[in-house]
Order: sequence, then structure tokens, then C-alpha cells
Amino acid sequence: MLNEMHTLAKADAVTVMPVYKRTGNAGIRATGANRVMAEATTKRMAWVTQVAAVRDAKDKAAFAELFAYFAPRVKSFLMKSGASPDLAEECAQEVMVTLWNKAHLFDPAKASVSTWIFTIARNRRIDLLRKQKRPEPEDLPWGPEAEPEQADAMGLQQETEQLGQALAALPAEQRKLIERAYFGELSHSEIAAETGLPLGTIKSRIRLALERLRHTMK
Amino acid sequence: MQMTKIKHHLTDALLMGYAAGTLPEAFNLVVATHISMCDTCRAALAEFEAVGGEVMLDAEPVDMAEDALADAMARIMNAPQTSLPKAKPAGGVFPAPLRDYVNGDLDRVKWRKIGGGVSQMVLKTEGGASVRLLRIPAGTAVPDHGHRGTELTLVLQGAFVDETDRFGAGDIEVANEDLNHTPVAEQGADCICLAATDAPLRFNALLPRIAQRFIGI
Repeated sequence: MLNEMHTLAKADAVTVMPVYKRTGNAGIRATGANRVMAEATTKRMAWVTQVAAVRDAKDKAAFAELFAYFAPRVKSFLMKSGASPDLAEECAQEVMVTLWNKAHLFDPAKASVSTWIFTIARNRRIDLLRKQKRPEPEDLPWGPEAEPEQADAMGLQQETEQLGQALAALPAEQRKLIERAYFGELSHSEIAAETGLPLGTIKSRIRLALERLRHTMK
Repeated sequence: MQMTKIKHHLTDALLMGYAAGTLPEAFNLVVATHISMCDTCRAALAEFEAVGGEVMLDAEPVDMAEDALADAMARIMNAPQTSLPKAKPAGGVFPAPLRDYVNGDLDRVKWRKIGGGVSQMVLKTEGGASVRLLRIPAGTAVPDHGHRGTELTLVLQGAFVDETDRFGAGDIEVANEDLNHTPVAEQGADCICLAATDAPLRFNALLPRIAQRFIGI
């Protein structure tokens, strides 16, 4: 079983299950300084395609790829948040199982796969480490919606990549503070209002999507 | 639920704390209820969650056990397929997260009088902060008080006015040590609020100070 999984993991799930039609000039030109950016966005779109393959075809190879990349990072995140290695391992597995079960809820026009997995991991951490209930905002009646536009999904993935790069480029001390906030080492009154991150683009995009939704609900 | 024009929003620190999952449950409830009513803060939350995703991606990977993937696969295959669709709630005053704590809408609240015409219902939460529903009759004032920690007050119905501004349905006031205020419910409808504190309030007059011992505010 295990060997089979490893072999499967090598298969290129991205080309096996194309769900988004290329629309030609949607998005990014791979020239000069944009090149790194373009490659990183392509990687994010590959994750999107893998989640879609899990959703539509219960694709184990695509799942194995997501698992190989994300599970060790979820585990690390949970350990930095105070979980023991055993608990973090167990919890990271559960997070990935949740990804399989809830793949139909993922919307690439509203979140990057990394963002979505983070929220699943965060909620498991609250359950396990703090043993508290987590009140969630009321669900929005997004559907029934057509498959999100490739350009919308691509734009959101690109903006999340930009955010990640801006985070990496922050002075070490500032980055440390943001990390500590997310690892649960800072209370809300200790969180600095000024993070130095270029926030606002993702918010504007989601805000527009919400306005469209409210409009159609009228 | 009807979207009203919301003027007073969550702070970035609260949004980041909610995205990070580090707020006490009482604050989470107020934040989740506000976001249910406020698209601006819902969108802002999405961005703070994206920051969390990037922080997670940046964490030095820690190897999973060798059979972790096979284990996960086995769990997926053995799990019964139970996808209970969440019952769609009928329109009312309370957004879904609050309804979960009250076990219903406004008509299910078990009010207790706490003096001065004001009533409350404390909602059960864990983790070092408390949250309650407050009903302030139209035209009535809550005794003048300050704050030792943070107080979040979200208006669900009606409106109140204090020294800083007017707060209508959906508006949230984030008060800390430097705010002393006397909220007064507007004429018209009773003002229903959801209020959370992580430290007892500091009433400035003697009578409410004595009453405080009995009502736990």
C-alpha cells in the first residue's frame, strides 16, 4: 500500500486532472523579475488543481502530493504552537483527512490552499490544545455558483504569494512578532496594529465578491 | 439577515487574534457574530487568515512518521460518509454563532434583571473572559464605568450613544483602559447588545460597585 502510494505520488497530478481551462493571457508574464512570482503562482495553482482532483475524482496521487508538502508544515506549525511532537503528528494527519472530506468547500477565488489548510489546522489546535468551542461566522449562501473564473482564482493565488513574499522580506524582528502572534504567543492586546505587511489587496478582492453576492441575493 | 450600514468595526489586533485562534472563547463569539453581520470585517479576516497560511508555509517542515500517509488514507477509507448539511436558519435578530449559544433567537433569551431596568443573560464560555447579552430599555443609561481590560460591545438591535459616538445594529465598540463611558440606549426600541470583557468593569459610583458583586459584570 505504502509503496503504491509513493509511486502514485510521483505521478503528475496537475496534468492528470486539469480542471481550469487555460485562457491564454490570464495573469502573469514569465519575464524578468516576474519570473519567480510566476513560478510560485503556478505552484499555488497546482495545489488548487490537486484539491479539485481530490474533490472530483478522489484522486489519491493528488492527495499524496498535498500530504507530502503540507503535513510536515502543519506539524511544524502545531509544534511551534505548543503541541508535543506526537500530538502534532496526530493532529496534522487529521487536518489532511479533513482536507479530503471537505474538498468540496474549498474555493480558490476566496482562499489559497495554504490559507485554507491553515484555518483547518488552527481550528484543530483550538479543539485539542485549548479545549474550547470555536464560534464561526454564519455561512454565506455562496452557491449554487458556476466554477470560479480562472482569472479570479489566479488573481487571489498571486496576491497570496505576494503577501508571503512581503512577509519573508520583513526585517527579522518584525517577522518574528507576526509569527509569535500566529503561534499563539501574543495576546490580542500585545499584537501590534502596524505589521508592516502590505494588507488590503486580498481584502478588496473578497469585499468585491461579497458585494456581488449581496447583489444577487436581492 | 438584513445588512445595515455598519460604521464601527473590529480592530486589526482583534481580527489577527481571531485569525490566529488565540482569543478567549467569549471574544471569539463577539467577533464571529460581528463578522456574520459585517462584510468589511469578513473580508479583512480573510486577509489575516492568508497571513496565517503564509506563516505556516514558512515554518521549517518537520518529518511525518513513515506510515503517516498510509494511516491517513486508511482513516479516510474507513470513515463513514456523514455529511450532515447544516440546517439553514430562518431569519431573526441573532446571527448563527450567537443562536448556537442561546439555543435560539431573541425570544429564547432568559433575561435576569440586574438593576436600573437593565437585564442580562450570561453565556457559558471557557477561558478567562466572560460574555453576556444585555437588554437596555430605550432611553435608559448603563452606569458610568471604566475598563480594566478590553470590553467588546456589539449592538444587535436598537442603538446606544456614549461620549464617543452612536452605535447602531452591527456596530461594535472596542473599549480599553482609557475609555470611561456612560452608554445610553436610544429612544425607540430596547437596545440589545452582546458584550464581552476580559476583566471586571470599573464602576465609578458606589451603588453599581456594590451591585457588581452580585451580578458578576
